[in-house]
Amino acid sequence: MIDVGLGHYLGLGAVIFTIGVVGIFLNRKNVIVLLMSIELILIAVNINLVSFSVYQQDIVGQVFTMFVLTVAAAEAAIGLAILVVFFRNKGSIHVDDINNLKG
Amino acid sequence: MNNIEFIYPELFLIISLLILLILGVYKSNSYNFIKKITTICFLLCIPIVYLNNIGDFNIFNNSYSVDSLSNYLKILILLSTVFSLMFTNDYIKIQKLDKFEYPILILSAVIGMFLMVSSNDLIGLYLGIELQSLSLYVLASIDRGSEKSTEAGVKYFVLGALSSGLFLYGCSLLYGFSGSTNYYEISEVFKQDTSIPILFGIIFIIIGLAFKISAVPFHMWSPDVYQGSPTSVTSFFALAPKIAGLGAIIRILYICFGEIYEEWKSIIIFISVASMLLGAFAAIGQTNLKRLMAYSSISHIGYVLAALTVGNRDGVISAISYLNIYIIMMISSFACILFFKRKNVYFENIYDLSGLSKNHPLISFCFATTLFSLAGIPPLAGFFAKFYVFKSVVEANMIYLAIIGLIASVISAFYYLRIVKIMYFDPENEKFDEGSNIGIRFSILFSSIIIIFYFLNPSSILYYVEMATKFLN
Repeated sequence: MIDVGLGHYLGLGAVIFTIGVVGIFLNRKNVIVLLMSIELILIAVNINLVSFSVYQQDIVGQVFTMFVLTVAAAEAAIGLAILVVFFRNKGSIHVDDINNLKG
Repeated sequence: MNNIEFIYPELFLIISLLILLILGVYKSNSYNFIKKITTICFLLCIPIVYLNNIGDFNIFNNSYSVDSLSNYLKILILLSTVFSLMFTNDYIKIQKLDKFEYPILILSAVIGMFLMVSSNDLIGLYLGIELQSLSLYVLASIDRGSEKSTEAGVKYFVLGALSSGLFLYGCSLLYGFSGSTNYYEISEVFKQDTSIPILFGIIFIIIGLAFKISAVPFHMWSPDVYQGSPTSVTSFFALAPKIAGLGAIIRILYICFGEIYEEWKSIIIFISVASMLLGAFAAIGQTNLKRLMAYSSISHIGYVLAALTVGNRDGVISAISYLNIYIIMMISSFACILFFKRKNVYFENIYDLSGLSKNHPLISFCFATTLFSLAGIPPLAGFFAKFYVFKSVVEANMIYLAIIGLIASVISAFYYLRIVKIMYFDPENEKFDEGSNIGIRFSILFSSIIIIFYFLNPSSILYYVEMATKFLN
């Protein structure tokens, strides 16, 4: 059996974070996928914070995680609301259709 | 419980926010009423902040600091918000944005900004940034029938949420390696041991904050959002969030990372040079006034960051003086942009201004003065702002930064002067509406007088800024 230590948790966090960031930049299909990528980034941060908190025997990291979770919920709500309004005007949530403003 | 008495301004705004929200729901067609009360709340909050300024305190276990710098920035935020509510009154009614949520969202964004400028802890900073940004995302898409406005909202939301994520990842690394989220404790750790592998965390945090003030290379949202959102919202974006973002940057760089100046110096120099140059070059091809102002504000943010690279109190003084004068110039330019309407249609293209001087000599004089000042031509206020920055940069032996800044300001003079040329020398167009409201007139007059007569007493702003940054030694 491998000993699961701080390094493994941080590695997991880094991998999920990278998937999230790459998902935002490579995704050419759907805005919902962007929202999911943002959630992935926040999850990676939470994994980091909780593992650091346990490793250092310090509760602040877990408190921070609670705040991040709350804000992430609010952020998802606002993101979906904006997306619904956008869909009503445009009739599509394709990433390539977000192209009105450029120059 | 003694600490409560130091956060009266925040408490006042939070309580008025809750009361106004309830009032707005119960009263129908309550935009006018709510907007008036909100403005009064902002105005009342200024003396509360001022009376609170009795010393430098760190309260709630050092996680929140109420000191002269944060009080100064708070007053600046309140004043610029009052102006941006005042001169956008007509626009909001004509564009049918007069929902009661509008002033309430601005109020909650201002509370977030208060948290940003005085928080002394990563958790508080994060919550402040989110409270501010979440309100701003909704404000950007407040014109929900318009394709442009909602698209600006989507873009702003996606990139803003990404930047918050990057910032948070930096926070988690910083917390992990230093063992605390408090600025003072983190800087204690740096003092004892400078070899911690912390550069990664610092870079992520700076990226997140640079996004919020739209510094290059994280500026790509700003021209689109400025152009797409309603002009009233754009004018708010150009004013208050920049103050709050820079307040947060100053606090985190100078208090939290004060011991590792060498580590972040080169990052900030790169961001500042890139912002100055890109702001100057990219605006050349723009014909939309709002987009042009976006690039102009990117380049101005570059100058402020150039002053911050100095790393001592002089740098902060010149950065905040620059910010101050930038705010005045932006109030004037957006008030002028909101003047350009004919039969309830607003014009945003620079060619719509052709021959403005024949029909509206006074407005075009004020706008031209503002543009000269943005370009940094003496003896207007913008010249002194740039002068302070270059002076402190040269004194810190970074002459190359001053030279790049000068080149960028010469290049950006081109597009400012092109608008002046269009206003004064091109064939005249139809007249714009004369009956603009008192808010626009007052804002233009007030800011133009400051811009023109600033040279009579250039030390006045410096004096207050020096008072405000006394504790930074």
